[in-house]
Amino acid sequence: MRANSPGPPLNLKIAMFNFNAIYALLLREAKIFFREKERIISILVSPLLFLFVMGRGMVSGTSPVAGFTYQQFIFPGILAMVILFTSITYGLYIIWDKRLDFLKEVLAAPISRSTLFIGKSLGGMLGAIIETFILLIIGAFFILPLDIVKVALCLLAAFPVSYMIVNLGLTIGAKMKSMEGFGLVMSFLTWPLFFFSGALFDLAAAAPYIKLISLLDPVTYAVDIMRIIMLGRGVFSAWTDLGAIAGFCLATTYIGVTSFGKLQQEK
Amino acid sequence: MAAIKTDNLVKRFTEVTAVNGISFDIPEGEVFGLLGPNGAGKTTLISMLATLIEPTSGSAVVAGFDVRLQPLEVRKNIGIVFQEPSVDDLLTGRENLYLHSMLYGVPRPEIGPRTDKMLDLVNLADRADSLVKTYSGGMRRRLEIARGLIHEPKILFLDEPTLGLDPVSRQTIWGYIGRLKAAKKTTIILTTHYMEEADNLADRIGIIYQGRIIEMDTPANLKKKVGRDLVFIKGAVNAQAVRGLSFVKSVELEEGRFRISISDSGRNLQALLNSAGAIEEVEVRPVTLDDVFMKFAGHQIKNDVENNGIFQRIVSAKATRK
Repeated sequence: MRANSPGPPLNLKIAMFNFNAIYALLLREAKIFFREKERIISILVSPLLFLFVMGRGMVSGTSPVAGFTYQQFIFPGILAMVILFTSITYGLYIIWDKRLDFLKEVLAAPISRSTLFIGKSLGGMLGAIIETFILLIIGAFFILPLDIVKVALCLLAAFPVSYMIVNLGLTIGAKMKSMEGFGLVMSFLTWPLFFFSGALFDLAAAAPYIKLISLLDPVTYAVDIMRIIMLGRGVFSAWTDLGAIAGFCLATTYIGVTSFGKLQQEK
Repeated sequence: MAAIKTDNLVKRFTEVTAVNGISFDIPEGEVFGLLGPNGAGKTTLISMLATLIEPTSGSAVVAGFDVRLQPLEVRKNIGIVFQEPSVDDLLTGRENLYLHSMLYGVPRPEIGPRTDKMLDLVNLADRADSLVKTYSGGMRRRLEIARGLIHEPKILFLDEPTLGLDPVSRQTIWGYIGRLKAAKKTTIILTTHYMEEADNLADRIGIIYQGRIIEMDTPANLKKKVGRDLVFIKGAVNAQAVRGLSFVKSVELEEGRFRISISDSGRNLQALLNSAGAIEEVEVRPVTLDDVFMKFAGHQIKNDVENNGIFQRIVSAKATRK
């Protein structure tokens, strides 16, 4: 649509949830996710490189947590990385939907934008949870023995974490015009979010400017809560982590629903 | 009750007014054809009626609901077949229909039977479980029509339903629309820039140009006004005698040859040629959209010279073709 058009009627932007529609949207995402098996594998490649090449390669690197190797130390961080990458990529995929006109169908349907947004978010969470589970299993066998409770807690924590990051991806995806921006988002958002999160080092011992930036990084709290669950030690308390994650969830829901309210047919 | 009623509907974008004050009533059960060149405002008009974009001013009531105030109600009561296919490539045909039914609130026990019925209607039953990305253009369009109908809308919007299709697929689609029309349950709004399509299917045609409806009538009446066939004759034509013939609508001298509009070339060509005089070259063709536009929009186009509008491009394309 050409610039400066006022968008769809107001009543579409704020309205009730339609649970049948959310279920249908989620089902669609699930079917597509399982049909594109290459995507399931390819998204795990960089986390596995970090985990097994960097994690093993840095044998001289001392682990910040006593009793654990460096590889074991970064494992919770890499778990957060998988959620980050899967969720952002999923969110940005909405640009494809826009380009290929699939989005038209749902934009024209009698559902509110909040319904559409939540359906999309849940679809993205599903992918992130599955990737998290695969990596947890790999890690439990090769890196850090985990009991069923820890695995369950990690998966549970993955829900709000993936939710806030999917929302972030969807918001950016809704605003972006073309897939060319994809690389920019990866360079200027995804990688910084990952590096400042303290996934690869101990934040407590980091330079002050890193500490400062990391406080604003939602992934920091995701890494920390995973570390508390798996290693029993983090930088913040579990309640701080959960509180921050809840805050980011609320904020990203708000900006996400707002950006979906403005979303309309490209042609 | 009118299925659609618009009152002075306007849509203005920053640099262009796409729809510029359209008012019409479309009675229930009518097939209404919106005929116009690309950029005339057809899709923008439909997008407003389908609540995809908000009007700048004016009002529209669709299926009894105001497009501004009750968009969700409007949406439940309409079906849309988009200009470019919007079926989901990554799902099968059946899954597309299921997703759509759920989004439009079709009661769950009815989804299965209705899906089968619709797939039968558009002859896709045997390919229902293949991914849509393996479908041809015609199959996609058929699936899209099935999808537009599965929630039993009161009004169906078809935006250029046969654009880019081969002649066989086009005939098939016309067949479906014809059957729908015969059932008289659904009001159909059809946009097209094929005169033939509008002629075959529509009860009434609105000619839209630069955001305005410049003429609205039945296909038969429109044709009567323009003539059905054009005969171009080069030679020493006795224009006076030709004008005197009852079936001749107009005679004009155009680039060294006579452009004669007649009502039926099949029946009257011989008589025309007999009266015409010495003939060097004859060309006969049916009236096209261009001609209808020249008739109804011709005087407007002359006023639009400074605007460099779409029509000048058509006119210059016509000129260079010779």
